[in-house]
Amino acid sequence: MMAYIVRRLLYAIPILIGVNLITFVLFFVVNSPDDMARMQLGAKRVTPEAIEKWKAERGYDRPLAWNAEAQGLARLTDTVFFDKSIRMFAFDFGRADDGRDIALEITGRMGPSLAIALPTFVLGLFVTISFALLLVFFRNTALDIGGVVLCVIAMSISTLFYIIGGQYLVSKVWNLVPISGYAPGLDAGKFLILPVIISVAGGIGSSARWYRTLFLEEINKDYVRTARAKGLSELRVLFRHVLKNAMIPILTGVVVVIPMLFMGSLLLESFFGIPGLGSYTIDAINAQDFAVVRAMVFIGSVLYIIGLLLTDLSYTLVDPRVRLH
Amino acid sequence: MNFKPLFLWSDLLLWAMVAGCVLLAVHCRRHDYLRRAWRRVGESSVGMASATVLAAFIAVGLLDSLHYQPRLPAQEGSSEVQYAPEVLSALDALLADLRLNKEKTYSAPLATHAFARETVERDGVQSREFPRLRFGGAHLQDLSQREADLARRALAGALSGLLLWAPLAASAAWAIARSRRIAWRVACCHLLRPAQAVERPVAWHAVLLTAALLCVGGGVIAAWADAYHVFGTDKVGQDVLYLSLKSVRTALLIGTLTTLVTLPLALALGLLAGLRGGWWDDAIQYLYTVLNSIPGVLLIAAMVLMMQVIIDTHPEWFATAAERSDARLLALCFILGLTSWTGLCRVLRAETMKLRELDYVQAARAFGVGDLRIMVRHLLPNLMHIVLISVVMDFSGLVLSEAVLSYIGIGVDSSMNSFGTLINAARLELSREPVVWWSLAAAFVLMLALVLAANLFADAVRDGFDPRFQWRARRAPRKGAVA
Repeated sequence: MMAYIVRRLLYAIPILIGVNLITFVLFFVVNSPDDMARMQLGAKRVTPEAIEKWKAERGYDRPLAWNAEAQGLARLTDTVFFDKSIRMFAFDFGRADDGRDIALEITGRMGPSLAIALPTFVLGLFVTISFALLLVFFRNTALDIGGVVLCVIAMSISTLFYIIGGQYLVSKVWNLVPISGYAPGLDAGKFLILPVIISVAGGIGSSARWYRTLFLEEINKDYVRTARAKGLSELRVLFRHVLKNAMIPILTGVVVVIPMLFMGSLLLESFFGIPGLGSYTIDAINAQDFAVVRAMVFIGSVLYIIGLLLTDLSYTLVDPRVRLH
Repeated sequence: MNFKPLFLWSDLLLWAMVAGCVLLAVHCRRHDYLRRAWRRVGESSVGMASATVLAAFIAVGLLDSLHYQPRLPAQEGSSEVQYAPEVLSALDALLADLRLNKEKTYSAPLATHAFARETVERDGVQSREFPRLRFGGAHLQDLSQREADLARRALAGALSGLLLWAPLAASAAWAIARSRRIAWRVACCHLLRPAQAVERPVAWHAVLLTAALLCVGGGVIAAWADAYHVFGTDKVGQDVLYLSLKSVRTALLIGTLTTLVTLPLALALGLLAGLRGGWWDDAIQYLYTVLNSIPGVLLIAAMVLMMQVIIDTHPEWFATAAERSDARLLALCFILGLTSWTGLCRVLRAETMKLRELDYVQAARAFGVGDLRIMVRHLLPNLMHIVLISVVMDFSGLVLSEAVLSYIGIGVDSSMNSFGTLINAARLELSREPVVWWSLAAAFVLMLALVLAANLFADAVRDGFDPRFQWRARRAPRKGAVA
């Protein structure tokens, strides 16, 4: 088991190097730093000096990957590639355009992001699975058909409408919770309840429908018939037997997102003014702060790789036949 | 000529795709197994109804993809012909009334008065009142006549819609009568009561019913749009109905052109990895794992930011603003394609690995057939159902993601009409008092109709083509069909 984890972590290294190379090519080779400077400064203020200053402030004034003027090892280290890309492996992301340290900002913003993403995840999983099992319980009846129709309609509505509509109804018309904002500690509850409910409601359609097909595939198998023949109640059959055996495909989709919860949600956070990583990313995109976007891409892929590893490990928990070695 | 046709790249690609679909349809007609699969799709009445709705959207989108530049009125003393810098489409020409009849600012759907008070001077006395609209209901002398006028127009519109529908229905009945070699009147009965028709009929009745609803609804809206703003107007007084119809093309383009990038990449790499194995497989797997491990939105954001830099630093590439936003749209499709081929590629790779062990591929190998030929002749036809299902399944997701991306600011050009820009502009209007809800409502209704139809059609296609789902299509014959 331990050996497996270590090997998987070693596999992650070439992938992260690949991610790093892609971001480097995207941000520095497709466009030269000169182009970026010209765009950021705007058409009016572009002078060669201004461009040089902009580049020097961000450390983009060095050669990209090979510094011919330097001596010894500095030929490799005194370059944009080393300074901007290699240092990411040590989670050193440099500074954002407003001068703040990106790594510090990220650790500070993880809390609010998690505060909204974690309840969404847990509640969402619980609600969707129960709803799907309910549909399966009433299979081949009008209730089941109606539920599936509702699911299809629900998944055809853009997330934007859930957020805009929910915010309008609950916060503005009914005045139940504040429209947006955030407070640390327990006060956060009244700010968080609406975004959590909205994103659970928005996600229910597609996943409940998918879980329903997974459960329906299981329900005709022999062990389910045996369980019924033993005299177990239908609810017990569904929750104890069907759910357990449908767990593997569900876990594949679910566990991989757990680490990504840190990243927060772009839309929810920006609509509800929650100072998490999602709104940080959106602000960076709108301000065209390339350093922050690059850092978020890197962190996102690290978390994804951790998620893949967790997925494999979770299989051993639900399926005793799976042995990792 | 009064205008100069202008071919945007996206137009050309879209029409090329239409031509490709026609060729595909011919191909499907010739091959029995494909014809049977499509027939299974046709048997689903939900699928056929949603296909009709989709066809209506596609018609709007295609009309909007014939672009031209109108000629400017000749200037005194110069014989040179000049064309306007603005680029219009056939849809714009059809909806010229909607496009040109602008109000000053917001007005509610079917309203006769503006949304905001204005200071009006009458007989030397200034007063603040809601002014009459320049266009909406301007023909009404007596305002109490508005409801009666609306009802009259609705009736006339519905009737003309039915008139449009009737020849359609008649030609459908005629075609069925010919193909089944039955009397014309019997064919009509089959259309009305499909249960009594042949054993498993194509659901033409669903098509005709949906078409009837569309014709009547469209007729009513068209009749109202003659004299009112059916969905109201936006902040600068543009007709919201016009804006939302223009958005359809963007949504369709995003949903379809993206596949032009996804399919070649996924097919070529998936087949190569599956067939060759070994070193090729490792390299391709590495490539898509790396791409996959970057969260989608962030990768798209990074790429779009870089594309923006390229477009902004090279203004000389684009002659008109339309060409620039078109280039941006194409680049967005390209980027969405680059980030979304990995899923299909993985499925194709796994399926190829299964297929390559089968006897017919082994036999081809033994005869010395090359890899490329094996892929095209033997593997591709057996993977096509996966590709087709994935294309139709992805469509609705892409349409939805366009709206979200435009909201984040990494979608289409803000000057381009799209559901995303429409929602984005209308988002803050909900905080007004009284609420300006109609832009959002229009975007909501049209998007829901498009995405829902796409989802339902995709389900029908999957049921028809995926062997795993055919137990559903093979349900017991209906009552009365035996006799």
